[in-house]
Amino acid sequence: MKHTIQALVENKFGVLARISSLFSARGYNITSLAVGETQDPTISCMTIVVNAEDERILEQINKQLHKLIDVITVIDFTRKDYIDRELILVKLYKDKSKKKNLEKLSREEHLKIIEETENYFIIQLCADKHKIEEALKELRSFKIKELIRSGRIAIGK
Amino acid sequence: MKGAEILIKSLLKEGVDVIFGYPGGSVIPFFDFLYDSPLKFILTRHEQAAAHMADGFARSTGKVGVCVATSGPGATNLTTGIATAYMDSVPVVAITGQVKTSLIGNDAFQEADVTGITRSISKHNYLVKDVNEVARTVKEAFYLANSGRPGPVVIDLPVDIQLQEADFEYPEKIDIRSYKPTQFGHPGQIKKALKMIYNAKRPVIIAGGGVIISGANKELLEFAKLTGAPVVCTFMGLGAFPSDQELYLAMPGMHGTVYANMAITESDLLISVGCRFDDRVTGKVDAFAPEAKIIHIDIDPTSISKNIKVDIPIVSDAKNALGQLNQEIKTGKLCESGSWHKRIKDWKAKYPINYKKSSSLKIKPQYVIEELYRQTGGEAIVATEVGQNQMWAAQFYKFDYPRHFLSSGGLGTMGYGFPAAIGAKVANPSKEVVVIAGDGSIQMNIQELATISSYNIKVKIIILNNHYLGMVRQWQEIFYKRRYSGTPLKNPDFVKIAEGYGIKGVRIDKASEVKKAIKEIIDYDGAVLADFWIEEEENVFPMVPAGEAINRMIGGMA
Repeated sequence: MKHTIQALVENKFGVLARISSLFSARGYNITSLAVGETQDPTISCMTIVVNAEDERILEQINKQLHKLIDVITVIDFTRKDYIDRELILVKLYKDKSKKKNLEKLSREEHLKIIEETENYFIIQLCADKHKIEEALKELRSFKIKELIRSGRIAIGK
Repeated sequence: MKGAEILIKSLLKEGVDVIFGYPGGSVIPFFDFLYDSPLKFILTRHEQAAAHMADGFARSTGKVGVCVATSGPGATNLTTGIATAYMDSVPVVAITGQVKTSLIGNDAFQEADVTGITRSISKHNYLVKDVNEVARTVKEAFYLANSGRPGPVVIDLPVDIQLQEADFEYPEKIDIRSYKPTQFGHPGQIKKALKMIYNAKRPVIIAGGGVIISGANKELLEFAKLTGAPVVCTFMGLGAFPSDQELYLAMPGMHGTVYANMAITESDLLISVGCRFDDRVTGKVDAFAPEAKIIHIDIDPTSISKNIKVDIPIVSDAKNALGQLNQEIKTGKLCESGSWHKRIKDWKAKYPINYKKSSSLKIKPQYVIEELYRQTGGEAIVATEVGQNQMWAAQFYKFDYPRHFLSSGGLGTMGYGFPAAIGAKVANPSKEVVVIAGDGSIQMNIQELATISSYNIKVKIIILNNHYLGMVRQWQEIFYKRRYSGTPLKNPDFVKIAEGYGIKGVRIDKASEVKKAIKEIIDYDGAVLADFWIEEEENVFPMVPAGEAINRMIGGMA
């Protein structure tokens, strides 16, 4: 099962390596990882989506993260109220017959066609994990040239 | 002041008086300032030994041990010692030179990514790229190494930073916002634990290395007496509880006593203090203490519910948590239920830790250790190597005091014992320090005979020589049809080796000579290497096969 964990860490050299090597050394799977500065430039926020088979492993992941000296706090969103967002950018082959479908999709799923080139539509979608999955299902009926996903970020309510 | 001098001044501020190490191109500035400093320097013959010496120094004193090596191969040679210290929570600060900052990442001569390599085997590490950060880094490193759950910290210091100028101002205090170990047990958890203790009929206390690290042996003794609960000491916890106490059940686990393992298996409450439930302790997890509720006191939250599911976790320093429990316990001998004590007494009488006495002239290794215990009165600091020698030492030397047993428990590092004994002897010159080694492991750092010879460090070396890598041979005998693959050893003449280094060497090959030989070794005012030729295919029993339940022991139950 996938879990979203937020770690506030010291914004300094080598911290990302510590986090990623913790995961590889202990055999935990990272699905996505997003890192960025917070309102305090000395602190970075890492949003980590992990695949933990059971509660025991999830508990260990949280504790092991917290044990790293450069990690300030760890929040496991599993049982918390939070808002999450992911960003996807998709390059679709142009297919005139499907333009209508695409426009319909953009109304329903908040997809945005941000650029139209000679051969492609470039589409952006910023949404929570469920909407992203739904939109991706729909987009599979188009011919996809490239699909790029950001890591998930999340904020507690 | 130059960076190298700031480093030395900072070490002095931390109360360091001795450093173990080996020079090289990237630490020459450091060694130049070391030359005039009051710090005592012990030159080893291999960097790995320097790390183990710092470890032995730390384990025997509780103070931070310090080692130094150059960049690249010097640093990589330290890593086995760093990993050893990490697994056993030993406070060590390892200082490594690094190539100059402009060359980092260029595959420069003697360059290795030390912070990368040591990331998963150290508590923390630093690459110092600014001379103004040297003093604060040292302060942090010492604080981290010896607080919370202790461990090794690496400071990687490029050679150009050692030569740059900065003002020296040593920080008085340190505050790391992301590092606040929990020192006391949560009062609510303590209350819950007490309730569980009051209701227990068959309690057992498991004391681990954390009791020794936090200096909680007095509190443990009081707690055991107040509750009447018997105490097992894990391998890392040997010495946490006096062996002459009736409540003492010795060591549990793979080569533990039958009565310790039986008591755990049949208990209804386990109170674990500073023990992380290593697989060598638990055996098959499903069959480990199946009827017991578990209270787990540990300063490291990751140790709790990692291998064994715990009912009441108490994140705390062991000494503090035991103190809190002792204060709250209202009446004496809460757990005393005569029938439990009687059953334990029966197990103890029926399955004592034992061995078949020699019928020939051949020497039994257990006898050597029993004799060593008898003649040192249990007062010696005993280091061991890894394998059969280690297990016999754990079984037959009765450890009565904390910080008297130095052995690589977690990592199982052959080559640890001899240098660790040297570090302990440097720290405790008036104590008898003995290393119990095998003929295999002594050869992993045998070059350190040169170190004890040149500094006149009076360590006593006992080799239990069976001409095999004995522990693996034992497994091959029992589980692999006696196919001794890669385990027979053709050894050098250890006596001549010792003599070549200017050390007294003796060989003992008759059981009748053991008593006298031990006396001579102890009485001799200097280092001795004693090569005991023991029964070659002697095994360590009892034994729980790997992955079996701990009450299913081979040997010792017949």
